[in-house]
Amino acid sequence: MNHWAEWLLGRLDWSALPFWDAIVDPTTKNIVNAIIASGAGAMVILGGLIAIGVLTWTRRWRWLWSEWLTSPDHKKIGIMFIVIALVMLARAVIEAVFMRLQQAVGLGGGFLTAEHFGQLFTTHGTIMVFFMAMPFLTGIINYVMPLQIGTRDLSFPVMNSVSLGLTAAGAALVMVSLILAPFSTGGWSGYPSFTESAANPGAGVDYWIWAVTLSTLSSTLTGINFAVTIYKKRAPGMSWFRLPLFTWTALCTAILMIFGMPPLTVATALLALDRYLDFHFFTADLGGNMMNYVNLFWAFGHPEVYILILPAFGIFSEIFSTFSGKKLYGYGALVIATMAIAVLSFTVWLHHFFTMGQSAHINAIFGIATMLIGIPTGVKVYDWMLTMFRGRIRFAVPMIYAVGFIILFAIGGLTGIILAVPSVDYQIHNSLFLVAHFHNMLIPGLLFGMLGGTNFWFPKAFGFRLEERWGRRAALCWIVGFMLAFFPLYALGVLGMPRRSAAFFEPAYLPWTLAAAVGALIILLAMLLLLIQLWVSIRDRDTNRVPAGDPWDGRSLEWSVSAPPPEYNFPVIPEVHSRDAYMRQKENGRGAHPRPDEYTDIVMPANSAMGPIMAATGFLIAFGLTWYEWWLVAAAGIVSLIALVARGYVRQRTRTIPAQTVRREHEAWLERVSRIRPVSRREEQTPANQGLAMSPLEGAIQ
Amino acid sequence: MSHPPVTAQTACRYRAFLAGLLSILLTGCSQTPISFLDPQGPVATAQRHQFGLIIALTSIVVLPVLILTPWIVIRYRYGAQSAYRPRWGFSKLADIAIWGIPFLVVVVLATVAWRSTLALDPYRPIQGDQKTEPLRVQVVGFDWKWLFIYPDQGIATVNELVVPAHRPLALELTSASVMQGFFIPALGSQIDVMNRMVTQLHLEADHTGEFPGKNMQYNGKGFSHQRFVTRVVDEQTFHNFVAHTGEGGMTLDARMFDRLMAQNTGKTLAQSLARADVGSNNDGDGKGRGDDAGRLRFGHLPDDLFNDIVGHVSPDWASIPVASTGKANDASSSQEARP
Repeated sequence: MNHWAEWLLGRLDWSALPFWDAIVDPTTKNIVNAIIASGAGAMVILGGLIAIGVLTWTRRWRWLWSEWLTSPDHKKIGIMFIVIALVMLARAVIEAVFMRLQQAVGLGGGFLTAEHFGQLFTTHGTIMVFFMAMPFLTGIINYVMPLQIGTRDLSFPVMNSVSLGLTAAGAALVMVSLILAPFSTGGWSGYPSFTESAANPGAGVDYWIWAVTLSTLSSTLTGINFAVTIYKKRAPGMSWFRLPLFTWTALCTAILMIFGMPPLTVATALLALDRYLDFHFFTADLGGNMMNYVNLFWAFGHPEVYILILPAFGIFSEIFSTFSGKKLYGYGALVIATMAIAVLSFTVWLHHFFTMGQSAHINAIFGIATMLIGIPTGVKVYDWMLTMFRGRIRFAVPMIYAVGFIILFAIGGLTGIILAVPSVDYQIHNSLFLVAHFHNMLIPGLLFGMLGGTNFWFPKAFGFRLEERWGRRAALCWIVGFMLAFFPLYALGVLGMPRRSAAFFEPAYLPWTLAAAVGALIILLAMLLLLIQLWVSIRDRDTNRVPAGDPWDGRSLEWSVSAPPPEYNFPVIPEVHSRDAYMRQKENGRGAHPRPDEYTDIVMPANSAMGPIMAATGFLIAFGLTWYEWWLVAAAGIVSLIALVARGYVRQRTRTIPAQTVRREHEAWLERVSRIRPVSRREEQTPANQGLAMSPLEGAIQ
Repeated sequence: MSHPPVTAQTACRYRAFLAGLLSILLTGCSQTPISFLDPQGPVATAQRHQFGLIIALTSIVVLPVLILTPWIVIRYRYGAQSAYRPRWGFSKLADIAIWGIPFLVVVVLATVAWRSTLALDPYRPIQGDQKTEPLRVQVVGFDWKWLFIYPDQGIATVNELVVPAHRPLALELTSASVMQGFFIPALGSQIDVMNRMVTQLHLEADHTGEFPGKNMQYNGKGFSHQRFVTRVVDEQTFHNFVAHTGEGGMTLDARMFDRLMAQNTGKTLAQSLARADVGSNNDGDGKGRGDDAGRLRFGHLPDDLFNDIVGHVSPDWASIPVASTGKANDASSSQEARP
């Protein structure tokens, strides 16, 4: 009996329950932590039950399967990526609030156990990087990039669905670790030898290894998919220097994913060999060396930060240009700067460990290489300012995020240069100054970019604008909350407070940690306001509809199609004659929506279950490996192999949409658009804006 | 806190030079210097200087963004009837400025970084004011406390680094556990300590006083408690400390080494030693039993302990000099040794 349980459950037992410590050792602290941890686990279970209940009650299981989960449509996959990102964002923000509260009362203690705090900062970092930022930017690129280059799908639509599945599996694994604890305490970077089995034999590090592995595999596939799509599937006439800037950044990010993700897949795989099969890649003895891990990790880690930030740069470029009613300043310079950043990002990884004892010359060279990245980045900031210069700046929600970004990002750039000087880094390395710096880059940079992009493209995806007032409140709370939560961390870092501190003993830290906690609460409020914005927007969707598809007087091709776009994106693949292709079309007087001469049959990829199958088997393999349930690993592995082979025998891989259907749908839409009154920008935020912009010739901006 | 006047005076003098935020950041004259903003040695002083210089240089590029962005968004807001040039997208002059100025700033910054990095290389010995030999100390990071071995003095301490002022310090560091980061903010640079590897760090203290030292690299649940006190004393006090510890300190034998290797903080280790009636060590300046910092002192230890820890070799326990009583860790012998 016992033997069978062991065979079935591996090393999973009662102690995995989040409240087990409080039962075994019921101290006040353990009970408090058990309540918090169990509450989190209960929220996961409750959330899952509600989702299942709603789907069953509204009889939407079939709809979910055929319209979403098995869909190869890049737009739907993009939206699903963003849904994962938002769910994970909510969890990781709540974790951040707990960490800030712990440090607010952390003078000599705090209410969380050190173990619990360790899990919080590890899951927070892992989620924010791999399961919030990556899916968010992948989702937005997925949705927007094919529309911008004038194509109907990615080059490998089913692989795109598999990428989604792998990310979903990784995210699910991190969520399950709330119910069957613990997660790793080794930080998002998981440095050995702390993460070796000698120091941490439990399931926590294994959860982390497999969650990250699933994510990196997903992102490598995504990178290949994006890069090939941009190389091969651009519309006729869409030459390299006519690409919208967002697509350029998507290309650079894709290239970075292809070369930057595998080092981490390798590093976690080698760490897994150490842990599972007693190899000695990174152990202290028998020839292992943890420095190899550190180098591999940051060979991924530094390109990764540009994977995260470049798409946001692209989004901001579109936003600044569109909401200033003006051509992007210095397009060529921006492209060169983006490429320069992408290349330089592979040359600076050592600045993450100036203190590891290498020679001063090596440190100095990497420090200077890091500063060099500051040049193209600085150029970009000035290009955006010059884009606004002599424009007509409209403060729609995306623009509030963008202006907040440009100012805060400049401050983050300053602190980045400080960290890049090795002799000063010796003082602030691994301190909260570093934490403040990278949050300063990633919240105003990446997250504001993603939230601004969501506000920008939401009407395209769903056919109605997001509500403005609540959106503005949310944006302002993000900006204020960010400043209050992270500027004190700069001070704490300069005062020598280590990152990842569950407790501290310097009374001088207290005012700063208290201020940071208030900031964290304001960010929590901002999250709530985002929810309210979404709810109000859905409630008022009928007054904010933009069926004509161009609510912001946009410049690139995605604004030329209906909102939401048809599944085939373009009834007829457009021909591109210049940069800002759609704006040129609106300016040249032939009308925003010329009627094509003829329609042809459209061949689209057919639905495939590969994505959901890979998600399920990927999750089960990772779960089985984490808990040593070998039968599960073998069974799920065999199923995924069979699925891969079976996919090779599928004959019906495409679906044809007849020309008549396309013509009928397009003409119906054109008919509808012809009855819409074009609006000037003065009416942008009113119900009169149904997505048809007044022609620039008629003075749409003035 | 045995020598507050010098510290306080110096801190106050520096404070006069610090503007705005920095003066708020400073922790006040009466408190322990916890940061390089209140530097207590040449390395930290240089770092504070570089910190300010880099901020000033980088501000050449950053300040215009902070000033001009609000100006642009207000002046060119929708509805303000300012100039509007929708098709303007390039200016040679502006492009030369926005590439050229950051480039020049980076050239200057790179020069500063190159020179300062070579000058403040942690491996580079410090030229002291006096022509004194640097004091050698070997540091071992345990989970979750620090062991300081004074190879030339034949003594060792836990969680307490006692050094003379104005004498360069030459530290060799390793970890008996996972990676850790050794850091005394008020004195200067931090350096990583790693198992089976030796890193080096050179520091010097200009002033007497007590400065906190800490671990910067997370290494488990005792991480936040892995702190130590750096006591910078005058030459005479240091000699007394060495003499007292050599005579009255405990013996670092195999059993004690196992206790150090176990996962515990200095405080719990000191408490467990006190319970076992072993660890009643005291140096006579008021730090008694149950010390929160978990300080311990050893007068007898095996030869070459540091290199044995680095090499994962069992230390040569037989080499420990025979203590006067033969029962060295007996509480009473320690009590006797109290000056």
